[in-house]
Amino acid sequence: MSNKIKMATRNMSFYYGDFKAIEGITLEFSENQVTALIGPSGCGKSTFLRSLNRMNDIIPGTRVEGDVFLDGENIYASGMDMVEIRKRVGMVFQKPNPFPKTIFNDVAYGLRVNGVKNKSELQDRVEASLKAAAIWDEVKDRLNESALSLSGGQQQRLCIARALAIGPEVLLLDEPCSALDPIATQKIEELIRELKKNYTIIIVTHNMQQAARVSDVTAFFYMGRLIEVNKTEIMFTKPSIKQTEDYITGRFG
Amino acid sequence: MEKAKKRHIREYLIEKWFLFLATISIIILGLIVVFLFKEGLPIFKTVSVGEFLFGQLWYPTDEPADFGILSIIVGSLVVTGISSMIAVPLGVLSAIYISEIAGPGVKEILKPVVELLAALPSVVIGFFGMVVMAPFFQKVFNIPTGLNIVNASLMLAMMAVPTISSLTEDAIHAVRRELREASLALGATQWETISRVIVPASLSGICTAIILGMSRAIGETMVVLMVAGGAATIPESIFDSVRPMPASIAAEMAETPFRSDHYHALFAIGIVLFITTFLFNLIADYISQKYKQVGTATL
Repeated sequence: MSNKIKMATRNMSFYYGDFKAIEGITLEFSENQVTALIGPSGCGKSTFLRSLNRMNDIIPGTRVEGDVFLDGENIYASGMDMVEIRKRVGMVFQKPNPFPKTIFNDVAYGLRVNGVKNKSELQDRVEASLKAAAIWDEVKDRLNESALSLSGGQQQRLCIARALAIGPEVLLLDEPCSALDPIATQKIEELIRELKKNYTIIIVTHNMQQAARVSDVTAFFYMGRLIEVNKTEIMFTKPSIKQTEDYITGRFG
Repeated sequence: MEKAKKRHIREYLIEKWFLFLATISIIILGLIVVFLFKEGLPIFKTVSVGEFLFGQLWYPTDEPADFGILSIIVGSLVVTGISSMIAVPLGVLSAIYISEIAGPGVKEILKPVVELLAALPSVVIGFFGMVVMAPFFQKVFNIPTGLNIVNASLMLAMMAVPTISSLTEDAIHAVRRELREASLALGATQWETISRVIVPASLSGICTAIILGMSRAIGETMVVLMVAGGAATIPESIFDSVRPMPASIAAEMAETPFRSDHYHALFAIGIVLFITTFLFNLIADYISQKYKQVGTATL
């Protein structure tokens, strides 16, 4: 597995005001791989994920130190446009958050704000995204119904479709299944395995089995630090650090 | 056992006490309405509803008297309409600015200031209109009186802005953070997020805010009594004086003989005013119900 490095952080720390939420994290994410970030609640994994597309910028009083690279370019360098970064690094959140619009307009939103006006192009790209998110068959006859009429699992796949529509290169998934039942979870996991052919995927999860099932690489966070990172099968069979083993086997967390 | 019984009785008494208090306030409100209609309806023995609503002459003390309140209704509508044209953009846009754009420092100052505006007694606003704005208008536009539609509308707008602004802010605040993040994560700018996601999602709340602001303006008495000029004629320009409904009631009630036609006519104006604000509130309620977002993400 010697894929190209798509994203990387170097000695990155993150502050909420004076509180240092994550400390000195250096991590690389390869293209067409799924990297899982695991760790107990409050360990900083979501904060870390959100700083990869500068979503934390909207929270007042926060600050990043160190570097985050996307294709070798520092996304926190002055002059970098965060709107542009967010187009390249898409994000799906913990709770499905469709807009209170129709299914079609929900997916088309990202395209429209990015200047796609042509109607047939919109239609094509919405359809392609819904197909890529494996939800097309369920919604193709009800594109003009409210996105809120979908079930939780469908809403989450709609949110994935919406993120895919604008053609990102990296996909950040922040505990995408935590509000879903097992069947919906399974569908999303299948989808993640499918999507990694075309995207670099980074997923935060509380579910150890999920990390084992979907990821190629697993990184374990604890108290704002990166404790261990390795290929998933190694992490889950013979982790080299005791803390990792304790967490994975359920002795704490 | 004894203890459980005691507790049960206590719960029962507390429940009934609250029911009693709630019933009293509803009964009192109901009685006000009943009294309003009882005192107002007899005027329609003298004039028909049509003559009353659409008659242009209001000479309640003449012999024979004229009880046409069209000019008074028009006065209210014009003043409310113009004040809304001023207050709606100011209120809504300031709310958007305060809740979405302003930094924490600016917000901390602006929010209380707007709310303070709501705490100004209406007589103070009226006084300001009378002694500051009126002479100003008179001089600048070279008109016979500064107590006119423009002045009254401006002052009413000052009263409606805080209502509209703080209710709009509540509505915007209720838009879930997740929607904001979803929009930004899709590469939308802040302005695109505000105009395409946040405002549409809070539209029902904003409409309610606007209507409640307008209903505050139409029911406001002291300000229009002081600065609208008090002429019961249909205005021809925005610099004419008018006599809105609340001002007519307040100005004339003290001088009417008890249960005279004039007295009943003033109560009938009260009925018209009551129905108008009641309709406003119904519409606000309807809009907020109809466009309420249903069904957030569930399992």
